[in-house]
Amino acid sequence: MTDEQFLEYVQGGGQVETNDPIPDDYRAKLIKFIEMHGNSELMGVLPEREWILRAPTLQRKLALTAKVQDEVGHSQLIYRVVEDLGKPREQCLEDLISGKSKFHNVFHYPTKTWGDVGVIAWLVDAAAIISQKALLKCSYAPYARIMKKICWEESFHILHGRDVILTMMNGTEEQRELVQEALERWWGPLMQFHGNPIPRDEDPMYIWRIKSQGNEEARQQFLDGYVPQIWELGLTVPDPKLRKNEDGIWGYTEPDWDELKHVVTGHGPKTAERLELRRTTREETEWVRRTLLARAA
Amino acid sequence: MGTAHAARAGGVIYEVFRLERKGQPFQHAGSIEAPDDAFAEWYAREQYGRRGESVALWVVPRHEIVEIDEFIDELERNYHRVDGYPLKEKLKEARERAGTARDR
Repeated sequence: MTDEQFLEYVQGGGQVETNDPIPDDYRAKLIKFIEMHGNSELMGVLPEREWILRAPTLQRKLALTAKVQDEVGHSQLIYRVVEDLGKPREQCLEDLISGKSKFHNVFHYPTKTWGDVGVIAWLVDAAAIISQKALLKCSYAPYARIMKKICWEESFHILHGRDVILTMMNGTEEQRELVQEALERWWGPLMQFHGNPIPRDEDPMYIWRIKSQGNEEARQQFLDGYVPQIWELGLTVPDPKLRKNEDGIWGYTEPDWDELKHVVTGHGPKTAERLELRRTTREETEWVRRTLLARAA
Repeated sequence: MGTAHAARAGGVIYEVFRLERKGQPFQHAGSIEAPDDAFAEWYAREQYGRRGESVALWVVPRHEIVEIDEFIDELERNYHRVDGYPLKEKLKEARERAGTARDR
């Protein structure tokens, strides 16, 4: 099969398995995309981890710990897929820590209050699940298969996040303010989350059918699904231009693409600190990996 | 075009198949890396059984799986296959012969 025939095959809905011969460019794109996903799951637990010891109740502490465990589990499954494509997990971790590879913009920001925890679990996970559902038909079948489990767990996290938000909205005036402030902090990064509105037919990840929808389609789906849910709670979205037009398309203020680029290239407010934490914990737990592998030898 | 070359640190790769409900087929869920069978069992439980989403798991070392993906029919034994029975044309002829052909 030539590269052109392969392209035609995946564009017609065809899928491939681990040992199938695939074009080098396709393999490289898969590794880059899936590795960034794995990095994001792993780095995504750090903002939430900061709140495990500060959770308002024991129930919330247990739920948050379970969510963190889920996300780390996702990164393990995802790095496993990357390994089968030819890049070892240890190399992925090294490239993450050295800043060579990237992770999602939303995980570079600080969490100021418990309101941020609710907004992350509800809206960041909502934005993420929209991207992840677009991977259920991925042309690389082993990735598509693990996405079933991941999407299922992410929808569970949205439930948890919504419960946190609803509890706060039904609480005191001060609690409602915490949610409103957190929404204002996260709205910019959330609007940047799905990436610049490059037409899908120019997006290599769509061309190879790694994902099945374009960036703007994903953002519109997010707005359509969640803005009404935000509004019905009496919250204000910090964008005066946000409205659904007559043609059903949401209009909004142009997201700050420079900020997105700046943040994902390793210059976010919490990038250095969180990578440093990964670096130290990796060193501190080295003996665990050594012990386990000695058992395998 | 190329196939993947092995890339990992030292454990064993296990493929995990899960049964969602009794009566359904086991389906491939994903793979895990573990130092031995005991750890593989626990990793599989954590990844695919923690939230009650499976009633059973098969955890199989990848290198123990025999995969067959070529089915060459050198003798053209089409009587084993659906395409060995082209009924459409024959039925058309038979209907015409019997005068029962429907207008379409």
